[in-house]
Amino acid sequence: MLTITIAPFLVAILAPAICRFTPRACGWILALLPLGLVLYLASLAPTVWNGQTVVATTSWAPSLGLDLAFRLDGLGLLFALLITGIGVIVVFYSGGYLAGHRHLGRYYVALLMFLGSMLGVVLADNVILLFVFWELTSITSYLLIGFDHEREAARNGALQALLVTGTGGLALLAGLLMAAQITGTYQISGLLAGGDLLRDHPLYPAVLALILLGAFTKSAQFPFHFWLPNAMEAPTPASAYLHAATMVKAGVYLLARLTPALGGTDLWWWTVTLTGAVTMLAGAWLALRKTDLKQILAYSTISVLGILTLLLGIGDEAAWTAMAIYLVAHGLYKGALFLVAGAVDHEAGTRDITRLGGLRSSMPMTAIAALAAGVSMAGLPPMVGFIGKELVLEASMRQQGMITLTAAVAAAGALLFAAAGLAAVRPFFGAAGSPPKDPHEAPLTLWLGPLLLAGSGLLLGLAPGWMNAAAASAAGAIAGSPSPPVKLALFHGFNTALLLSLLTAAAGTALYLGCARLRKLAMPQWGPAGWYDAALDGVMSLAAAQTRILQNGYLRYYLLTMIAATVGLTGYAIARLTALPLGANLGDVQFHEVVLVIVILVSVAVAVRSPSSVTAVAALGVVGLGMALIFVLFGAPDLAMTQVVVDILTVVLLVLVLHSLPQVSRPTKPGPRFRDASVASSAGLLIGLLVLGTAAIEHPADSARYFIENSLPLAGGRNVVNVILADFRVLDTLGEVTVIAVAAVGVFALRRLRERPGEKS
Amino acid sequence: MNSVLLATAARLFKPLLLLVSVFVLLRGHDEPGGGFVGGLLGASAYALDAVTRNTGSARRKLPLAPHVLLGAGLLMAAASGLPALLQGEPFLTAQRYEAALPFALQITLSTVLLFDAGVYVVVMGAALLIMFTLGEEQI
Repeated sequence: MLTITIAPFLVAILAPAICRFTPRACGWILALLPLGLVLYLASLAPTVWNGQTVVATTSWAPSLGLDLAFRLDGLGLLFALLITGIGVIVVFYSGGYLAGHRHLGRYYVALLMFLGSMLGVVLADNVILLFVFWELTSITSYLLIGFDHEREAARNGALQALLVTGTGGLALLAGLLMAAQITGTYQISGLLAGGDLLRDHPLYPAVLALILLGAFTKSAQFPFHFWLPNAMEAPTPASAYLHAATMVKAGVYLLARLTPALGGTDLWWWTVTLTGAVTMLAGAWLALRKTDLKQILAYSTISVLGILTLLLGIGDEAAWTAMAIYLVAHGLYKGALFLVAGAVDHEAGTRDITRLGGLRSSMPMTAIAALAAGVSMAGLPPMVGFIGKELVLEASMRQQGMITLTAAVAAAGALLFAAAGLAAVRPFFGAAGSPPKDPHEAPLTLWLGPLLLAGSGLLLGLAPGWMNAAAASAAGAIAGSPSPPVKLALFHGFNTALLLSLLTAAAGTALYLGCARLRKLAMPQWGPAGWYDAALDGVMSLAAAQTRILQNGYLRYYLLTMIAATVGLTGYAIARLTALPLGANLGDVQFHEVVLVIVILVSVAVAVRSPSSVTAVAALGVVGLGMALIFVLFGAPDLAMTQVVVDILTVVLLVLVLHSLPQVSRPTKPGPRFRDASVASSAGLLIGLLVLGTAAIEHPADSARYFIENSLPLAGGRNVVNVILADFRVLDTLGEVTVIAVAAVGVFALRRLRERPGEKS
Repeated sequence: MNSVLLATAARLFKPLLLLVSVFVLLRGHDEPGGGFVGGLLGASAYALDAVTRNTGSARRKLPLAPHVLLGAGLLMAAASGLPALLQGEPFLTAQRYEAALPFALQITLSTVLLFDAGVYVVVMGAALLIMFTLGEEQI
């Protein structure tokens, strides 16, 4: 399973080469990857639907509790099939949609990496691994929204999505770590088994709040929904894939996955259900007020995400089954409608429904796909959307005394019915519109995808029994225990749900006919999007203010601030100690050591007193070499070598830049002189104290002895220092060299930043 | 700095320094040395050139741009962790391979060497990138 998660990343590396080699066919070629994944997952499906789980674990960094642990159960399989299945269609559709685009290769890199990350999210069985993939989906989503990076709206939309979901991701990390600490395991399956421990813990509300924050931001729940419509700046197939069918459902997945650990409490019920209900109604209402096809679809997606969240909030067998079916239904019809919107935009040159109409004669195949998907979205038979909606209504009715909940679901159903009319019927029927381009049928790549998706919706609607096993095993995975078999049918008999469906259809038709008037209704102009802007402005002005104070452009004040802060903070910590142990032992000081110290002291005096910068630099070099000699005398040749070379390079660097540094005259006034001298000498004093203190501490000899004894037998090296750096603690070293590289790039970038005004090249 | 002596010495010392730096890198596992010092020594070979002539001359003699070195070194260091994964061991676990050379010589290669070489390349690239960036202003 590691292989199927890594494969998309490997293919992503090859994608630009394939697209350069055969730009016309690369969509079809790359679609083979998700197709292969679908077939592989399908081959595992019977096992999973029989109630077994497929587990694969590879050690990654076991000492950090981080394993590449993957686990495929009913819930993961449902999502994975959705991701790879719709992935096939989106990948080849993109080839036609972005045909001839010069960055097609770059687009596929991000898209395939997203596919892999999303698979990772739903298959990961380790909280850290889950988080890593979760963040990767945010990053690839950022790249895809900002794909058309020359437009400001695309850049802003991308940044907003990244900031909102990234902030949620941090909260999620904190929540997951707390949960892992409480249950004592980083394994998700282990964490789920420790659900009672979590629910009874005093920190349960905090854990729940943090994890919900992560899930709600990702799945665009109110009040974080505002990023999703702005994410519509992405190329349409990416919107269809990320922002309708898969990524935004990651939050829903997380809630479902963690239900056995966090669910079942009153707090869960009220928070999740209410958030879902508000999102469901707000999203559907706002969808009707839009005229851009993608915006209508985006807001209706928010509404559906609300429904899914609401079902998880309710949290019983019926709700979980309804969640599984509605998830599939929505993925199929919303994916299809987005792809239709892309085809319409491609062929007619606009997505504005007030300028579109009567396209059915010029784009018949697209119209068929749109109509079928629209019927599913409206919740009418014989599509799978009908079954989904019936199940949602039934699940809401099973809640005793919650008539408002049923009413809200029915109202959202009516609003979505009208939105389906706007998105799927309006552009294709009625009088011809006035699009900027003369519309004609889209090429095969653009209509085949939506037709396949909508056709699957019809097929599953007519033969819902095929989903019995999938729905039952998904519901069982959410419940954390095997679930009773599910029997789905298109027609449930004449019951209250059917009656409600008829009512919503009637109300939806009325809303559809009156939507032009709805759009004129005045709405308050404030909302969460405004809060986001205010918060962003606040952060920016805070950053500007502290930059003005701390980074005033004078190097000497930077040094002063850094040293004074270090002295202050460390000094505070030392002052809190009751007794400072000092390990000075002046008994066995040798004569040559005294000489060395005198040399160093004299060089320091020269460096401080010398009027010439060059002399001061040279004197500092002597100090460094003296230190290296001390290292040699005390048996640390590795340290000495490094010290010598660092010292030489530092002097060279100083000599190189000395000309361009401003000539700073030394402070002559007593005030600044006293300030500088006191900061410098207190820093020296502090370091001296620290060294003496360190020498006095009895070292835990075990670790030193361990390294010395095991260096040769375990790592085959006699240089213990090097073996520690490059073998025992190699992960630390990897981190350190990364820091070195980043620091060097930082210096380079800063320098370039200064050059930009008046730059010629 | 226009010193004939220094310029002549630099021409002789540069290849020597590079050789020594690689030597220091290779012996690091058993004797004092290693990738960090080696990389700094390698950078100082070019620093010598930068001091005697100018940074532009040093930059031209470098076969790869410093930022390419940075990326390549990081890749090498990270890649040294991958063979362990193939063996089913944790990322970055050292792997050793015995290789027979002609003339009945035996050599032990390990991923640690690849890692240390990566460190060497990163450190050299970082030192040179900083030096070139800061030193170029006066030209």
